Amino acid sequence: MQMHSLAFDISHTLAGGLVLISFMMLYQDRLYSLLNVFALHAVVLALSVAWQAYIQDAPHLYITAAIALVFKAIVIPVALHRIVKQLGIHRDIESALSIGPTMLAGMALVALSMVLMLRVTADADPLAREDLAFALSVVLLGLLVMVTRRNAVSQVVGFMSLENGLVLAATGAKGMPLVVEISVAFSILIAFIVIGIFLFRIRERFDSVDVSALDDYRGERR
Amino acid sequence: MSPVVLQMSCVAGLLGIAVLAIILSGRKTATTTIYCATAAVSCVALFGSVRFLVGDAANASGLILPIGLPWLGAHFRLDALASFFLLVVNLGGASASLYGLGYGHHDPAPQRVLPFFPAFLAGMNLVVLADDAFSYLLCWEFMSLASWALVMAHHREPGNAKAGYVYLVMASFGTLALLLAFGLLAGPTGDYGFAAIRAAPHTPYVATLVLILMLFGAGSKAGLVPLHVWLPLAHPAAPSHVSALMSGVMTKVAIYGFIRVIFDLLGQPIWPESVVVLFLGGITAVMGILYALMEKDLKRLLAYSTIENIGVIFASLGLALAFQANGQKLAAALAFTAALFHVLNHSFFKSLLFFGAGAVLTATGERDMDKLGGLIHRMPFTSFVVLVGCVAISALPPFNGFVSEWLMFQAVLQSPELPQWALKIMVPAVGALLALAAALAAACFVKAFGVTFLGRPRSPAAETAHEVDRYSLSAMSILAALCLLAGILPGLVIDALAPITIDILGGRMPVQANEAWLSIAPIAESRSSYNGLLVMLFITISASISVFVIHRFASHAVRRGPAWGCGFSDPTPAAQYSAASFAQPIRRVFGTSVFRASDHVDMPAPGDVRPARLRIELHDLVWEGLYRPIAGAVGFSSDRLNRLQFLTIRRYLSLVFATLVTLLLVLAIWS
Repeated sequence: MQMHSLAFDISHTLAGGLVLISFMMLYQDRLYSLLNVFALHAVVLALSVAWQAYIQDAPHLYITAAIALVFKAIVIPVALHRIVKQLGIHRDIESALSIGPTMLAGMALVALSMVLMLRVTADADPLAREDLAFALSVVLLGLLVMVTRRNAVSQVVGFMSLENGLVLAATGAKGMPLVVEISVAFSILIAFIVIGIFLFRIRERFDSVDVSALDDYRGERR
Repeated sequence: MSPVVLQMSCVAGLLGIAVLAIILSGRKTATTTIYCATAAVSCVALFGSVRFLVGDAANASGLILPIGLPWLGAHFRLDALASFFLLVVNLGGASASLYGLGYGHHDPAPQRVLPFFPAFLAGMNLVVLADDAFSYLLCWEFMSLASWALVMAHHREPGNAKAGYVYLVMASFGTLALLLAFGLLAGPTGDYGFAAIRAAPHTPYVATLVLILMLFGAGSKAGLVPLHVWLPLAHPAAPSHVSALMSGVMTKVAIYGFIRVIFDLLGQPIWPESVVVLFLGGITAVMGILYALMEKDLKRLLAYSTIENIGVIFASLGLALAFQANGQKLAAALAFTAALFHVLNHSFFKSLLFFGAGAVLTATGERDMDKLGGLIHRMPFTSFVVLVGCVAISALPPFNGFVSEWLMFQAVLQSPELPQWALKIMVPAVGALLALAAALAAACFVKAFGVTFLGRPRSPAAETAHEVDRYSLSAMSILAALCLLAGILPGLVIDALAPITIDILGGRMPVQANEAWLSIAPIAESRSSYNGLLVMLFITISASISVFVIHRFASHAVRRGPAWGCGFSDPTPAAQYSAASFAQPIRRVFGTSVFRASDHVDMPAPGDVRPARLRIELHDLVWEGLYRPIAGAVGFSSDRLNRLQFLTIRRYLSLVFATLVTLLLVLAIWS
């Protein structure tokens, strides 16, 4: 019983930490710091998944944790760092919404997911309940990052933090088969590759990775 | 070989012929080969269905093929009702193939018709044989698509593309209604086999909804007013032998679907259902024939007349529902037999008339009656068989149209026996509508035959017309002979239909084979009876005597005098009665309210040399009042939604985000 409540507290802390780091992403206004926060996000995810692997006694989850650590915390941030340097866009991010309203919106989203998840999953395992509520918050905050940024790199980051939320949800539930985790991990990798190529394409064509260049190309005014 | 296997092999044969047509496409022999093969397979299927219907109709046989939904398979079943409709389909198929042997050679692009013609026949056969909702809908769609391809065969001709589009829209709408109807019938257990649906109880609420949906689904295919709009566009657009199939046969397949669901699957009907069917049938009959009277395009006129006949059949079915709901088995069997008899008759004479229109089209290149005329001298044989068709469709004895309509009016006369006052009043009113429709139909076909075949030719094309080929003529003569046979031997047909009424309604008409002199007595001989054979003998003998008397006591010589030109010295053929002028009295009486018809005379001032002109303005109120507003609303909302095409990427993301959050909020509030 003692062990169980400790396990619960630690996983609760890690998942809560993930939500907190998602909030940190919301107010980063430089690309480098956003990438650093994303790396931290991935590290915490890896820890959380590893802890789940330990308490659920599911060794295959360690693989997921390793994937999260290696790819999301190291490879992708480093690669994005290099892209940002190559593109020469390590200056301010112009976010579409100012920080204050964004943070308020983020809080509202977290409140929404808490209310919803705790009510919908009333008779589920409490550990899974908390995890799912946090995971939904992370997903919604990732979407919020994507919506409030204009820069393609930060939209990629928002998308990947959203995927982190999905992985958190997938590992929080007991008995999730490995196939799904690998597919989730690969989908992120593929998304990264595709969007990376896409970035270079935009850059080649328009000398900018600001997606508004696409709108200008289509002859539109925002 | 069990009967259902025989029928399914014929369907497989037809599908094989469709593939063969693709392989042979472009060869000169393709037309002959394909139509010969289709005719042969149709004849086999026809023979099989007739043998089943008159032989062992009580032993329905089924077949389950391991295709389609894995847990359901594809069920097919041949029972008495199905075999009767297979007879209609395959008789139409065989005669259309025979006709196509000649007519198909005039087709500029046969490769657009040949593959779809057998496929269309196969589709109609499959719909009739299907025994679960899934196969039924699949085959129904196959039939619709094959016929759509045939409508679009001459897609470059003006108007055909629009016809195809309207047909496609109406067909998908009809299938949607059928889908919902079967969904309701299967209920929460979701067993789509017809046997399970038949066994399950249905609440009156479900039954009413299913009836409404079937009126939409089957009614839109059959051409019930106001769902008929595609029919006069699409039927004439196809090649004539396909028009004959669509008008004479495919509408019957729709009626089969209606009978199968409403009479067979739903079980015991309730009387308010019959009021709806009766009302729609009566309105459809009158509206259809009024539209036809206003028409001057020969094939469109025939398509509108199909709508009238569909109305007659639906009204009979409504009568059968009314009697069946009150447990009056004999009267229900009478009305139901009248409906089925009319289905058979209409497939005979409507195919015949469409073949005739096709023959006129081949000979003159014209469908506009105002450019025809005088064809009786140039195409005597075609004129004769078309005259037979016109007499039969006008319900004149001794032909078949009279028998079925007479049976229907006998059923109308049983209405005082109905306990509900609503029906007691409604049925005679519908009977009056049907009588009006029958009279107007006679006027319509006097116009169609008179303007097309009598008088003097109105165009050089009509003047130089020649008789058509012998295949077309033999197809038409076979149908004309069948019209006469069914008219003078109606007892045989009624007795052959008895297994169906026993199957579906649990009752039957009295056995007619025992009646003396081949007469028929629907209820009892003391009430009413009819003898087609005696009527024909009387007509033949009296006509022969008058011909003899005239030729014996008057003159042998055939005299040709100048046509009387109403006092004008040099009457041109254009001064004859035209299609519009023949219909003018009826347009004055009915058209002002039904079509808001108005005549505008443009009379030049004295001394002005330009001609005076008469312009007739007709409004299709169904199209203008129902379809145009719907089309307008769809267009308007699409224009509004079109703006969503041009948002920025971030706005699309925001839209997704907003939708997600809204849905989550809804869930949070309501759960």
